[in-house]
Amino acid sequence: MQGSAIQISGLTKNFGGVRAVDTLSFSVEPGVVTGFLGPNGAGKTTTLRMLLGLVEADAGTATIGGHKYVDIERPASTVGAALEAASFHPGRTALDHLRVHAPLVGVSDKTCGEVLDHVGLGAAADRKVGGFSLGMRQRLGLATTLLGDPGVLVLDEPANGLDPEGIVWLRGFLRHLAHDEGRTVLVSSHVLGEVQATVDNVVVIAGGRLVHESPLEELVAMAASKVKVVTPDADGFVRLAQERGWEFETVSGGLTVMGASPAEVGAAAHAEHLEIHGLAGEGMGLEEVFLRLTDPRRGEEAA
Amino acid sequence: MKATLKSEWRKVTTTKLWWVLALVMFAYMAFLGAVLGFSFVQSPEQASASAGGGGGMSGLEAAQATYTIGASLGYVFPLIAGALAMTGEFRHQTITPSLLFQPKRSVLLGAKLLVNLAMGLLYGIVGTLGAIAGGAPLLGTIGEGLYLGNGEVLGNIFFSVIALAIWAVIGVGLGTFLPNQVAAIVVILAFTQFVEPILRVGLAAGGDAADIAALSDAAKFLPGAAAEALAGTSFYAASGLDLLARWAGALVLVGYAAGFALIGRFTTLRKDVT
Repeated sequence: MQGSAIQISGLTKNFGGVRAVDTLSFSVEPGVVTGFLGPNGAGKTTTLRMLLGLVEADAGTATIGGHKYVDIERPASTVGAALEAASFHPGRTALDHLRVHAPLVGVSDKTCGEVLDHVGLGAAADRKVGGFSLGMRQRLGLATTLLGDPGVLVLDEPANGLDPEGIVWLRGFLRHLAHDEGRTVLVSSHVLGEVQATVDNVVVIAGGRLVHESPLEELVAMAASKVKVVTPDADGFVRLAQERGWEFETVSGGLTVMGASPAEVGAAAHAEHLEIHGLAGEGMGLEEVFLRLTDPRRGEEAA
Repeated sequence: MKATLKSEWRKVTTTKLWWVLALVMFAYMAFLGAVLGFSFVQSPEQASASAGGGGGMSGLEAAQATYTIGASLGYVFPLIAGALAMTGEFRHQTITPSLLFQPKRSVLLGAKLLVNLAMGLLYGIVGTLGAIAGGAPLLGTIGEGLYLGNGEVLGNIFFSVIALAIWAVIGVGLGTFLPNQVAAIVVILAFTQFVEPILRVGLAAGGDAADIAALSDAAKFLPGAAAEALAGTSFYAASGLDLLARWAGALVLVGYAAGFALIGRFTTLRKDVT
């Protein structure tokens, strides 16, 4: 089951006078789990809805394996998508929810039952969705995406409402689908921590624009470079940081240096004969990196 | 298209709305049939006089009016059922998965129209059976029998069922045009229970009084009047209101169905689904 690549290029959408998505371009490869991250209102859902033909783009294209969603024959057999708002009729049972869509991917009632077993809802197959918890609805949404056995999975906030056990299960499940089965998996979230252990690549957007696209390790590397220096010679260190082009903040008893590892700071201090009483790397948590990347003021500084 | 029809059929049959509505319709039509039958049995002359007909109503006319009471007063059921088939998708946001599995919006709408035509036939049969079940025992006690073997009456019954089926299709169109479920239900109830009856009587009376034929004629083109024209007889017609010819009534009714569906296709279904 080799998935197709998702290609977003120059995608733009205005709602009224507000630009929800702004010339957004990125790609999603098969065989890995890609996290699509950004704060609420960043344009994630709008982007996914344009990808899936539910919302028409003002400019740009979004394709799956080179085709627009609406041009794909039996699209749900190629792309399985669960959107945040994807809701269910409360009076319909879980099994019937899948049976409603089954004819359009050409699968039998038996397959519907098997897919429910697969996501751990087998026992609830004949229960009405109205009585389901948010976590169960998420599982049913996931079952809906898997119904046509698609090579590409697009999931909007799939971890919302899952209990910790459910999140661990989802993590293993998505990684299995991508790594072992070669599918393309795109998972959106507004909380990096929620998908940190799941994703291989990250695409971060804010204000409808791409702010970061890389493997997760690069984001992790960006996180580690913050060094606390305790020194009686703060002035000397300020001079050093300025010479080396490091960002810094003076704090009581010394200063905090950003953009260098503890080893680099120590070596530089040694070379300059500066006195150090303490030197400690303070990993700026990944979440902090994420917040800095998606900070709305960041764009203004750049402009 | 076949897969989409199957999907739409399952959407209707996997919730209990369809049989609850059918059951209520059967009971309501049986009740109205019995009331109408009873009034004919009690005082045939008075019943026809109070209905404004002037002349005495024959047993045949009583049977026709009673058996087609569905097309006159019961069409709100298939109309609501059809409308809910579309508004429910927006209310429960199932329109999103529906369009993911069938992104061709015209195909989705077409399948919904066809499936609800079939459901409308079911409502038509159930409602008409209700009217017969309620009215026939009483009509049987007067004069010339039930008229259930009469070719003309059977024709009325058949076309009454067809009219009710088309009402369901009009419902889908209306629901597409007005996807807000509450708004759609309010409009349906207001139009069918107040606006159209008042308009029909008012336009006809006003047109006659002022001698403006166009005004009286306009009343015949209201959807309820067109449906009764298709059925070929009705409670209202028995009250002395004119109807179009059967074929013209059928065209007008189908015109409403097609018109609403087209407007819905180029408004609601052209918009972004967010």
